[in-house]
Amino acid sequence: MSRSIEESTNELAGYGLMPSPNDQRQIVDAQHDIFKQEVTLNMGPQHPSTHGVLRLLIDLEGEIVTKITPDPGYLHRGMEKLGESMFYNQFIPYTDRMDYIAAFTSEQAFVIAVEKLLGVTVPERAKYIRVVLAELQRIASHLLWLGTHVMDIGAITVFLYSMREREAILDIFESYCGARLTLNALRVGGLPQDVPPIFKEKVREFIDGMPAHLAEYNGLLAENPIFLRRIKGIGVISAEDAISFGLTGASLRGSGVNYDVRKAAPYDAYDRMEFDVPLGTTGDVYDRFLCRMEEMNQSLRIIRQALDQMPDGPVMTDDVHIAIPSRDATMSSIEAMQRHFIITLKGFTAPAGEIYAGIESPKGELGYYIVSRGGSIPYRVHVRAPSFINLGAIPHMAEGEMIADLVAVIGSIDIVLGEVDR
Amino acid sequence: MDDKQQEKPGSATADSISQEIEALAVRKLAEKFPGLVEEVIYFRGEITVLIPKDKVIEVCTFLRDDPDLRYNMMKDMTGCDYPEREQRFEVIYQLYSLPYNQHIRVKARVGEDEPMPSVTLLWHAAYFQEKEAYDMLGIKFVGHQGLRRILLPEDWEGYPLRKDYPLEGYH
Repeated sequence: MSRSIEESTNELAGYGLMPSPNDQRQIVDAQHDIFKQEVTLNMGPQHPSTHGVLRLLIDLEGEIVTKITPDPGYLHRGMEKLGESMFYNQFIPYTDRMDYIAAFTSEQAFVIAVEKLLGVTVPERAKYIRVVLAELQRIASHLLWLGTHVMDIGAITVFLYSMREREAILDIFESYCGARLTLNALRVGGLPQDVPPIFKEKVREFIDGMPAHLAEYNGLLAENPIFLRRIKGIGVISAEDAISFGLTGASLRGSGVNYDVRKAAPYDAYDRMEFDVPLGTTGDVYDRFLCRMEEMNQSLRIIRQALDQMPDGPVMTDDVHIAIPSRDATMSSIEAMQRHFIITLKGFTAPAGEIYAGIESPKGELGYYIVSRGGSIPYRVHVRAPSFINLGAIPHMAEGEMIADLVAVIGSIDIVLGEVDR
Repeated sequence: MDDKQQEKPGSATADSISQEIEALAVRKLAEKFPGLVEEVIYFRGEITVLIPKDKVIEVCTFLRDDPDLRYNMMKDMTGCDYPEREQRFEVIYQLYSLPYNQHIRVKARVGEDEPMPSVTLLWHAAYFQEKEAYDMLGIKFVGHQGLRRILLPEDWEGYPLRKDYPLEGYH
């Protein structure tokens, strides 16, 4: 004789082994109520998905985020105050540590700002080498962004693949300046030393092998239905809002606004480089993802051109008041040794005035506003940190999304807390 | 930015195209707000305009919305401390026009306990940046929808970027 489910349930309920049908109904109703529960959740500062020490206060209604309050400042080190207490060249290692993922562009912004203030021209070879190193740094930063962003979403494989590529770039940096992460690879007026002879070969080897790796990542992600479901239509910001929030970089271009500092206000040798600027259409996480992936491709193109066009010549300006003389000159000429001493111990003097200069760092427009009152120490150094400003748009982008989508949105903004907090 | 002219600060030579067009902003400001601009500085191809703080919102709205100027992005906003002045703080806005690719810097001076108008209704970017200026310098922005410390802990005393705050701090 077959029995219905109801009969079996009632029998088991009679023995106390299952909730009675009435209790079952109450349990199911309570579970539905959770979707209306209002909770304030604290995310961070220690959290694997916030990409650093970022604290977010999230008001939730069930799974939907109703309000986000970012609470940065856990990595605040007083960089702007420190900038008021040392010579211009001495501040360069501090700039490394702000955007520590892309230290070269972090330094480059400061150095270019000081060069603008001083009115100093950098020799051509130095400009091209800076372009190569900056684009390598852009690829390295985007690789780290890619690995961590998709790992947060769940595609864990890609992380170590992108780290493998990043290792090659860090080796190239090590061959140039001895450091992998915090480089101290620039000086005001040019570069401290020329690149080693093996540099061009190593870079060419890297950029020749890179397209295959980019194809690997695209093969894993670009048409992956799970990945697309997680990021399409999430975290949308319109072009108007993006401009009002002061977004820059891929976060702005994902919304379709064609603004890239390398095109708008070219610095170093970018005015001689031919490259495209990828733009999105809808301003969602997917468009920002595509922008950054294509930017890596375009960086390879720029590096190839810069290597081909690189002239020979000096790598440091010949302005004797600014340039620290080379080791050969210092050891053989008394004037050079005197200059070396004076510039190292007393710094070079800048004219009085204030300037703002920005570059296209992988995170967005990184700018420096420097006020000088003459003398060798700046009066005010203000960092226009793209990560800090882009963070301000997180509430706008992620309110109304589910909490799992919030993680995708944070990754798509590509923030580094060293820059947010300075 | 690679145009490194050896200009003296304060000189008004407009020999680059960008200076001519940026001088348009100065001309239009002089037309719309006669006698308001206190100082104009050209230096290294940049233009700085000093205005009184009470007119910040009107001037910035004009710069943002005028069809010939369209400074629609506030790239950066910060403060600076000049303790020897009567109005010790200076609030500096770096504005940028995306359609015309032009920059302008607008400055306004404000004293220690004076209220400073907030531009959060003009640009969303001001929300975080005014918080930081308050946190670091103690400039009080009126009209901000939640002026609290952002980088330092809420119970921090003192404003570190002031010149009378020691580099090593007090603790």
